[in-house]
Amino acid sequence: MSSPDGTAPPDRPADGTPAPQAEPQIEDLVVGEPAGPAPHFEGLAAAHADDQPTQAAAAATATGPKLELGPVGHLGDRLFAGLARGSGGLVVAIVAFVGVFLLALAIPALADNQSSFLFSRVWEPGGEEPRFGIAALFYTTVVSSIIAMVIAVPIAVGVALFTTYYAPKRLAAPVAHAIDLLAAVPSIIYGLWGILFFAPILRPVIDGVSGALGWLPVFEKPTGDNVGVVFTASVVLAIMILPVVTAISREIFAQTPIAHREGALALGATRWEMIRISVLPYGRSGVVSASMLGLGRALGETVAVLIILSVPNGNDPWNSSIFAGGETFASKIANNAAEFDSPEKTGAYIAAGLVLFVVTFLVNSAARLIVARSGPGGKRPRRNRSAGGAAAKEGAVA
Amino acid sequence: MAKRIEVGGLNVYYGDFKAVEDVSMTIEPRSVTAFIGPSGCGKSTYLRTLNRMHEVIPGARVEGKVMLDQQDLYATGVDPVAVRRVVGMVFQRPNPFPTMSIFDNVASGLKLNGVKDRKKLTAVVEQSLQAANLWNEVKDRLDKPGAGLSGGQQQRLCIARAIAVEPEVILMDEPCSALDPISTLAIEDLIEKLKDRFTVVIVTHNMQQAARVSDQTAFFNLAATGKPGRLIEMGPTKQIFSNPNEKATEDYITGRFG
Repeated sequence: MSSPDGTAPPDRPADGTPAPQAEPQIEDLVVGEPAGPAPHFEGLAAAHADDQPTQAAAAATATGPKLELGPVGHLGDRLFAGLARGSGGLVVAIVAFVGVFLLALAIPALADNQSSFLFSRVWEPGGEEPRFGIAALFYTTVVSSIIAMVIAVPIAVGVALFTTYYAPKRLAAPVAHAIDLLAAVPSIIYGLWGILFFAPILRPVIDGVSGALGWLPVFEKPTGDNVGVVFTASVVLAIMILPVVTAISREIFAQTPIAHREGALALGATRWEMIRISVLPYGRSGVVSASMLGLGRALGETVAVLIILSVPNGNDPWNSSIFAGGETFASKIANNAAEFDSPEKTGAYIAAGLVLFVVTFLVNSAARLIVARSGPGGKRPRRNRSAGGAAAKEGAVA
Repeated sequence: MAKRIEVGGLNVYYGDFKAVEDVSMTIEPRSVTAFIGPSGCGKSTYLRTLNRMHEVIPGARVEGKVMLDQQDLYATGVDPVAVRRVVGMVFQRPNPFPTMSIFDNVASGLKLNGVKDRKKLTAVVEQSLQAANLWNEVKDRLDKPGAGLSGGQQQRLCIARAIAVEPEVILMDEPCSALDPISTLAIEDLIEKLKDRFTVVIVTHNMQQAARVSDQTAFFNLAATGKPGRLIEMGPTKQIFSNPNEKATEDYITGRFG
């Protein structure tokens, strides 16, 4: 999200601290002052202070034509400031309107709901006694997105490291472009490709995993040859979020200061050791926030999931297995868009949409928070009291 | 410990550009050798060829020989990683690993060498910090991040990190240029102490510093911008600063350069 008032560019790092390398010098100079030529400066300052009154007097006595120094503010400047403020305000207003719209339509339906909205798995909105809960939707949405992230992030980090530190230049650029191209594929294509081509290929994987770990309910395979399952959707989602996670990781890895990398290499680190010592710690927070952005995308993905996931039969008991079908928030709403015939029903779906909105918002906020707190470069140098004390001691020793 | 470096007919290229031309010199063990010269004369480039750090820059290559006690560092089958474990380096800007504690920074080289024994690590970390004149300042907060130290302390931390792996040679690329005079003095004292155990090579823009800390001084210069840098003259520091053989050296050290 952009800054609260919408005036600050959202991409600027939240802490405006300058490069850490610049700091120590200042401190050293401050430390060095007592032992250094401080009296000399005082003398200079005193001499300078003596100068000032005479200068001021000279300026006061000098006369001449009055200079044009006003009026304050130019038309173009004010116009542009107004435009910028207006645009910023507009964005905030749109977000607020979306929230208000969702709330206004959801609240009446929620008030009539006969079962627990958050903890029920039933979905029977409309009618005399509407009963609906989001537990099943929430489960499928979160589980599919998390599996997608678990698959995508290691691959993305690997690709990013390959293109930044391993691949020769003429290979790195095409690989990077190929990954970026994945982002340009429309999600409807991913859906079709996923269910028609990719799902049958995944069949042996599903059989293998459920054969080995089937005693866990999560990996238990229901009878039948259904391939439109949560796991398939997760793998396709992983491919879909791969480009954004790769691109951000690549950017942040490439920014690792050369001083950190050379520091590791000069100690006799191999390339992998150099990456482990300097690149990964530097890029950690960037990778985390990239993963969060990917997670946000996966949570909200609609069409691909809608096409891949088979909707379970209403009479079947709920199945927690990732090798069963299911519905996410987005696919449920999209699947039933034709049913929005009464305000009650519509309200139920909008309430589900509201939960998705809040979850996505929280994930994005978490990503922002992580980036703001640790920024690229991992921990910020802490200038605590003990460091200052030791620096003073250093001055005393020297 | 401490080995002699003999360089013969060394040319350094960045792609097609020849940065350093035909440098030959002998660097004595347990001594401090200073490289001086104007910016862009290739002294830092040349320094980085002594532990093959220049190879980090794509397109950089070397012709000639760098012998470390009869072993050619550029012979086929020599691993640059192994070379850098024997020839350590300290950089212009202090570059402790920002996410590591003071202890881990010093221990990082040993850990790369596979030392896991905590007792040995603790002992070496203390020895190295003592040798870098930093122990008394940091002994109570070894678990604090190294980036929290002052610039001068960070640079001594980097020196401790370099000597923890017991290299034969320590290369220093303008180690004081980012530091204030007091921290500079601390580093110079340290260099004086280090030469008892190591071969030290230092690049500096500060001629007083070269005069203060070094036993041998090498003066590099370049004929014109775009031309390769060359070694003009090398000799005992006293002689270079009082009675150099070459007019270019005299002009440079007396400030009449250019």
